[in-house]
Amino acid sequence: MTSTLDRPSSSASIEPPKPLPPRSPIGRVRDIFTSPRSGPVLVTALLFVAVFLIGGARYRGFFSGQVFLNLFVDNSYLIVLAVGMTFVILTGGIDLSVGAVVAVSTMIAASLLQSGWSPGVVIPLILVLTSFLGLLVGLMIHVFKVQPFIATLAAMFLARGLCYVISKDSISINEPTFVALAVTRIPLGGGLSITPSVVIALVVVVIAVWVLGFTRFGRTVYALGGSEQSGILMGLPVARTKVIVYVVSGFCSGLAGVLFSLYTLSGYPLTAVGTELDAIAAVVIGGTLLAGGYGFVLGSVLGVLVLGVIQTIITFEGTLSSWWTRIFIGGLLLVFIILQKVLTARRR
Amino acid sequence: MTDTREVREHFPADGATPVVEMTGISILFPGVKALDDVSFRLFPGEVHSLMGENGAGKSTLIKALTGVYPIDSGTIVVDGQPVSFTGPAAAQAAGISTVYQEVNLLPNLSVAENILLGREPRRFGGIDGRAMRRRAAELLEGLNLDIDPGSLLGSHSLAIQQLVAIARAINVDSKVLILDEPTSSLDADEVAELFRVIRSLRDSGVAILFVSHFLDQIYEITNRLTVLRNGRLVGEYLTTELLRIDLVQKMIGKELTTLDEIGERAHADAVTADRPADYARAEGLGRKGAIEPFDLVIGEGEVIGLAGLLGSGRTELARILGGIDRADSGQLDIAGARTRLRSPRQAISRRIAYSSENRRSEGIIDDLTVRENIVLALQADRGWFRPIPKKRREELAQSYIQTLNIRPANPDALVRNLSGGNQQKVLLARWLAIAPRLLILDEPTRGIDIGAKAEIQKLVYTLAENGMSVVFISAELEEVLRLSHRVVVLRDRRLVADLENDGLTVDALLALIADGSVDDEAPLAPLGESS
Repeated sequence: MTSTLDRPSSSASIEPPKPLPPRSPIGRVRDIFTSPRSGPVLVTALLFVAVFLIGGARYRGFFSGQVFLNLFVDNSYLIVLAVGMTFVILTGGIDLSVGAVVAVSTMIAASLLQSGWSPGVVIPLILVLTSFLGLLVGLMIHVFKVQPFIATLAAMFLARGLCYVISKDSISINEPTFVALAVTRIPLGGGLSITPSVVIALVVVVIAVWVLGFTRFGRTVYALGGSEQSGILMGLPVARTKVIVYVVSGFCSGLAGVLFSLYTLSGYPLTAVGTELDAIAAVVIGGTLLAGGYGFVLGSVLGVLVLGVIQTIITFEGTLSSWWTRIFIGGLLLVFIILQKVLTARRR
Repeated sequence: MTDTREVREHFPADGATPVVEMTGISILFPGVKALDDVSFRLFPGEVHSLMGENGAGKSTLIKALTGVYPIDSGTIVVDGQPVSFTGPAAAQAAGISTVYQEVNLLPNLSVAENILLGREPRRFGGIDGRAMRRRAAELLEGLNLDIDPGSLLGSHSLAIQQLVAIARAINVDSKVLILDEPTSSLDADEVAELFRVIRSLRDSGVAILFVSHFLDQIYEITNRLTVLRNGRLVGEYLTTELLRIDLVQKMIGKELTTLDEIGERAHADAVTADRPADYARAEGLGRKGAIEPFDLVIGEGEVIGLAGLLGSGRTELARILGGIDRADSGQLDIAGARTRLRSPRQAISRRIAYSSENRRSEGIIDDLTVRENIVLALQADRGWFRPIPKKRREELAQSYIQTLNIRPANPDALVRNLSGGNQQKVLLARWLAIAPRLLILDEPTRGIDIGAKAEIQKLVYTLAENGMSVVFISAELEEVLRLSHRVVVLRDRRLVADLENDGLTVDALLALIADGSVDDEAPLAPLGESS
């Protein structure tokens, strides 16, 4: 046997790995569509445009700027909810409590405003309380290793129950500042207008895009969804991040509750039942993988818009019951989840 | 025999201070002493390998050094400072970086993020994406790696991901770089690329701890070796001064207790008996990345011993025969009929049983009773809609408990409460219950007491006498020799010898395991992979 040590080093003859051959434009387009990062989002974007075009072709008056803007006006609270939910789902978790937290937020807002509190106190108070609830949920998940499904289910029942502790009946909101805020329209010229809620929702979206895309916290959120174990071994602040995403979701739920009470000008214990599932649907249709790790906030916004435009079409149709929205959403969800499975399966 | 000059140049001069010095390290796991008073040192500018078989404590020692496991006793000194790491982040801060066996990076993030996340350049309170990609590109260039730092990590091959992991590790000013099985999924060119990087890092004064199962690679790249066995330190050696055969012997150790009960009968039979009828015949059977194509004939009533180090492909071969992993090349004939095994279920229906080396995770089910564990495979084979009658289950359990002498002799005992040896017997009973024609036993005697070991050996012998074919894997060569009619030797994922057990000695086997080839003229397979 000869020594393996005195053989000439073979490294000189080794070429660096060849770069991939340039792809044809079609191949490149296919790559973009089949990437788990961008594929589902693009499909959603195309879907939105397609549905919007179908609506425009079928119904008179559908193709107006205000119809488009109303998608934001009517769904601003859902956009905020979907943003919070995106953080959670990106880590591979789920938050079932958001609908109930919206309800309890409307109840707190309505009852405190009714007893004469100032909105300047009530709104921050709601945001602090719901963030705190999110913190408790996050700690439960992190410290006691409770499944997110179970922990947030508990929070959901807790929040829903608290609604009835506050009042069994609907409370309307008459507080002047609040009402003024609710009826204000911000003109955009050309007869178009939006509400302050839309502005708030869009600000939330912009902040979320920045946080998720360009901060260490945001990238750690993605890391958690990619592989929690790897994240720990890479020395990332995994534990902290895991707790904070539920605080973010709690905060967003509270804010969504405030926007919802602006939208309805009332608090009602049975409101927003099942909204958590709308938010999850929007996030999934928006291209975020339920397993975590892949997805964008803007995708979730698109998801909300898709839900909104389906609802609008059904309203324009006039003859269909509003439950058809659910049926369409159900079908869409199915398609998107299968799409995700196909895309992730290709990678393994 | 070996030219030592080149190594000498890199070896620390006398009086050099180690960058890492671990002394008297012990780590206790529930019921097991994973490390027992182990010492280990690492000098700057050397490549040092930790060697040992399954359960030797290599990973545990690495995890102690990287702060993943707390140590129960002993001291760790890094750069002259006693340290006590609270986690991987703390070890990293002290200059100890690790690249783990499975690439522990994030496939869903970009290459640049995978390299720099946690230490990313910042601007305006956020991550400065452009600066991050620039920095990543520099590091990749240093490794001669031409990939787009903005691309998704998951879109690259495992080899590139491995190099990205190293880029991450060297970005911090690492004094110590730990590479845990970095070559297990790389081909020869990729290994050469990796070694080029390792050499240049070593020359820049980094201490490198390199763990690999490939002996060729160990002898090509390392300066020193530390050998562990069963959680204990065997010794520290200069690579050039330790012959391969001695290394293998130190890793495997000698089984001191002899088990005379079976005596020499096994191989006496093998020599006198005519060649038995073939039961299974594999031609060119192989699986990419697991084991090179091999030919193997298993006769009826024959015991084939598989010898080789951990990672030599012995388990991989067995898993293909047992239908656990699918072969991607070659053919398998079972009892004369061409067969493609796609799942363990199919293997079972052809009366082939594979008993895994991972008794706890792939074998027994802790929370079921002895009886339930025994009838499991038989029930699965019958289909769940045809339950085995209660009476039959009782009989089966009773008879196996008696035949195999399972203690406690209580069919209703939970398997989790049994000793390792008795758990192994329950597992054996499960496979015997399906009346296999070919029984594949992967390390059935590991970690069990000597009495149970003898019983299992005797059982294997009896089964073979009754016409059952057995493939027997064990790290203990004496045991393999004692039981087998034929011994198949594996090395670096290749079947290197198939021998009648006729006057074979442990030393001869050791030589085969160490060098793989008795033929001096055969070129050494570069880096343990054929290209």
